Amino acid sequence: MKYVDEFRNPELIKKTCAEIKRRVDPTRTYRIMEICGGHTHAIYRFGLKDLLPETIEFVHGPGCPVCVLPMARLDEGLSLSENPDVILTAFGDMMRVPGTQGTLLEHKARGRDIRMVYSPLDALKLAETNPERQVIFFAIGFETTAPSTALTLKRARLLGLKNFTVFCNHVVIAPPLKALLDSPDMRLDAFIGPGHVSTVIGCKPYEFIARDYQKPVVVSGFEPLDLLQSVLMIVKQLNQEEARVENQYARAVSWEGNLAAQKAMAETFSLRPRFEWRGLGQIPQSAFAVSEAYSEWDSEKRFAIVKTRTTEPFRARCGEVLQGLIKPNDCPLFANDCHPEHPTGALMVSSEGACAAYYTYVHRQQGVFE
Amino acid sequence: MMIKFHETHIEMAHGAGGKASRRLVEGLIAPHLMPETLLLEDAASLAFSGQLVFTSDSFVVKPLRFPGGSIGDLAVNGTVNDLAVSGAEPLALMISLIIEEGLESVVLEHELRAMAQAASKAGVKILGGDTKVVEHGKADGLYISSAGIGRYQENLKLSMERVAPGDKIILSGPIGNHGITILLARGELDLSANLVSDTRSVWPFVKVLAETVPQGLKWMRDPTRGGVASVLNELARDSALGIELEEERIPVHPAVRGACEILGLDPLHIANEGQFLAVVSALEADKALAGLQALAGTEEAQMIGQITEAHSKTVVAKTLYGGARVVDMLVGDPLPRIC
Repeated sequence: MKYVDEFRNPELIKKTCAEIKRRVDPTRTYRIMEICGGHTHAIYRFGLKDLLPETIEFVHGPGCPVCVLPMARLDEGLSLSENPDVILTAFGDMMRVPGTQGTLLEHKARGRDIRMVYSPLDALKLAETNPERQVIFFAIGFETTAPSTALTLKRARLLGLKNFTVFCNHVVIAPPLKALLDSPDMRLDAFIGPGHVSTVIGCKPYEFIARDYQKPVVVSGFEPLDLLQSVLMIVKQLNQEEARVENQYARAVSWEGNLAAQKAMAETFSLRPRFEWRGLGQIPQSAFAVSEAYSEWDSEKRFAIVKTRTTEPFRARCGEVLQGLIKPNDCPLFANDCHPEHPTGALMVSSEGACAAYYTYVHRQQGVFE
Repeated sequence: MMIKFHETHIEMAHGAGGKASRRLVEGLIAPHLMPETLLLEDAASLAFSGQLVFTSDSFVVKPLRFPGGSIGDLAVNGTVNDLAVSGAEPLALMISLIIEEGLESVVLEHELRAMAQAASKAGVKILGGDTKVVEHGKADGLYISSAGIGRYQENLKLSMERVAPGDKIILSGPIGNHGITILLARGELDLSANLVSDTRSVWPFVKVLAETVPQGLKWMRDPTRGGVASVLNELARDSALGIELEEERIPVHPAVRGACEILGLDPLHIANEGQFLAVVSALEADKALAGLQALAGTEEAQMIGQITEAHSKTVVAKTLYGGARVVDMLVGDPLPRIC
């Protein structure tokens, strides 16, 4: 298949691994955070850790949208579906994320009108075909999915829809990285930059990491060869004590990003003063609200949402896993009270969550490959 | 008799047991499904000798029609295939319909015709069944439940207990076509592909396999819901043996692969309705594979892996470049990822 097979070519993969091995300096560390959950998943799915020298350590970053959504926001979204007039729509990933009152899927099974959609435009279509109902789109995701919500808001305005709103939980990728870098526990050497987000925002938003914190960033694609090339680029930079933003994923990502998408986001969203991230706490200017100009289509304006405060599940250490401070299996709940079938924390839900990836590809593998 | 059915839609009265029911059954259902039956009775009786295999299945697919087939095809082939992979020649089916009030009669007739054709193609008789009508909004148009009987092939000895390290795993053809076709046919995704369901009876292929390697053939299953991964995980777990797959040997059509890449699904988890997996002794595996590959319909059959002593109860896929991963069962429904 075009664009996949080329980047799974065994010969090139072996060659790149050999070059990485040749170049690593055994006297230093290469602690690399892959920011994006898609990269976490790919690293495990393709067994890349087995191919690399032990001095290269992957630390799983916060780039998994459902993983960083705090329980309180999920509970608030779920409470919207109590209203029998409401059709609550959400992406598939959201359906199994546990809130304090259970998951969207469980509430759907008990009769709430909660529907899975593949795109916010599908939610908009539902609003058009159900004029007597209030359709709410439970929007989550980084700048990857935010443009599609932005375009949907613009379309809702164009159509003059009165029964469609967005419960906006879109988040921004750069602020949590800054929060991680400012943390006294920080022990990272470099970053693999997210591929999909960067198609929208470009490479520029990462420049502060290289400039202010002297850490290399390489924006990467998702195939084995992409990731290995990115690792090689990072190894070269670290060996030469350089810190630059490089773009390995140039076939999809430009330096400036997608300007049309950025314009649509600027028009329909405004930055919240602060937003709570699961495990990372309050981070200033890290999330989007629906902008004033579009407040007519903002669920938070149309419905009285009771603000809730929740605490993370007892003994769960999701936050430390999210910050890369511990490995998933260091959490006491891992594989005991928290596994993919009955997740306690959100990191166990999405296949891109560090815990789910670790469970599927490492935990189940223990004792398998010796 | 010659009762005619002229109603344009199915109504509650058609399931109430009175005159309308009689018109539906005798005027529409029976002429399609049981054209040779003159008298409708409460049960069918048939002469039989040998070992009987008995199975049942139910079908709730949405949409009712999709490229390559429909719920009627599935109802016949699904049950026929359960018999076939149990080592039985499919003989006869019972078909029960649960119809949603308001279903257009032409839709029902289409499915009756599909069942009649699938049954005739698979060489099974439909002996009878039942019809119920439920209120509007209750049954997605049409649910079908079917039961089937078959004659066990005495020369076979299929048993999980015979599966042993070193045995080879043969897959009859490309995987994922049915599941991805259904996903796309729902129209919820702005994706389209030139893809059709693989629904068909696998008995003709199983029959040849059974004749080619009666001794070496040890175990068979059809990888329907949950896909190849779920079936092989069950085999590994229940036999307490390991399974090693060679990922690049597993036939997957480009359209299925592409859809899976876009949606974040694993083809090994996607449903099939016209394929089967067979475990064959190492000694006879090449002969078995050659036998299948020579048939029209299983040309793409492949030896996809083997049974191992190592990693008991676990399915492992080896990648081209020397990596390896555990292939787990599907958890929940396959929910497409968002980014």
